[in-house]
Amino acid sequence: MDFLTEAPLDLAELVAEVSDTDRGGVATFLGLVRDHHEGRRVLRLEYSAYGPMAEAECATIVAEAEARWPVRIAVRHRLGMLAIGDAAVAVAAGGAHRDEAFAACRQVIEELKRRVPIWKKEFYADGSVGWVEPT
Amino acid sequence: MADTPFLRVLLFARYADLLGTDLLRLPVPEPPTVARVIELLRQRPGGAQLPAMPLVAVNARQARGSDPVQAGDEVAVLPPMAGG
Repeated sequence: MDFLTEAPLDLAELVAEVSDTDRGGVATFLGLVRDHHEGRRVLRLEYSAYGPMAEAECATIVAEAEARWPVRIAVRHRLGMLAIGDAAVAVAAGGAHRDEAFAACRQVIEELKRRVPIWKKEFYADGSVGWVEPT
Repeated sequence: MADTPFLRVLLFARYADLLGTDLLRLPVPEPPTVARVIELLRQRPGGAQLPAMPLVAVNARQARGSDPVQAGDEVAVLPPMAGG
């Protein structure tokens, strides 16, 4: 399973992956590239990753959520140069009911941000660049 | 290659900028530990700004300073993660 991709993200594809006749609730999260960071205007972002570890960590995070709740999870994170408004990360969680779908979706995005070795470089309007450190 | 006494050291994001490269081939240090690898990296030009104990993975698994390294290992030095 490739969780990392250079191709544009398609949320509908993830929703389809986690949907089934016995699942009545699908919760999704889409993380978009924002045009500002700490008061500075951002023109674009470049995502990079330690590929083998990032893939393994995503698989672990999905397995943890699927073990904790009766859900099916789909996740993708985009790499490379992204424009403002592009989707950088997408999560879908499908379950029988909304409670487990919301809870699992939330856990997956939080764990992904905390544990998956991905970095982003911001390109600012003033021509400078900076690595974003988590807050 | 497994018997060559070298480590493959990967540097990412800001740490690659600090050291001026994203890939180094280092002899297995003495003592052969993650902590010693980091000490040696911090002695290189630009390396002083590395944290004393950054996040490290050996062969794509998170490692501690006291963990051993051996010839052929891939040692990745990871800045704070910033995905999403």
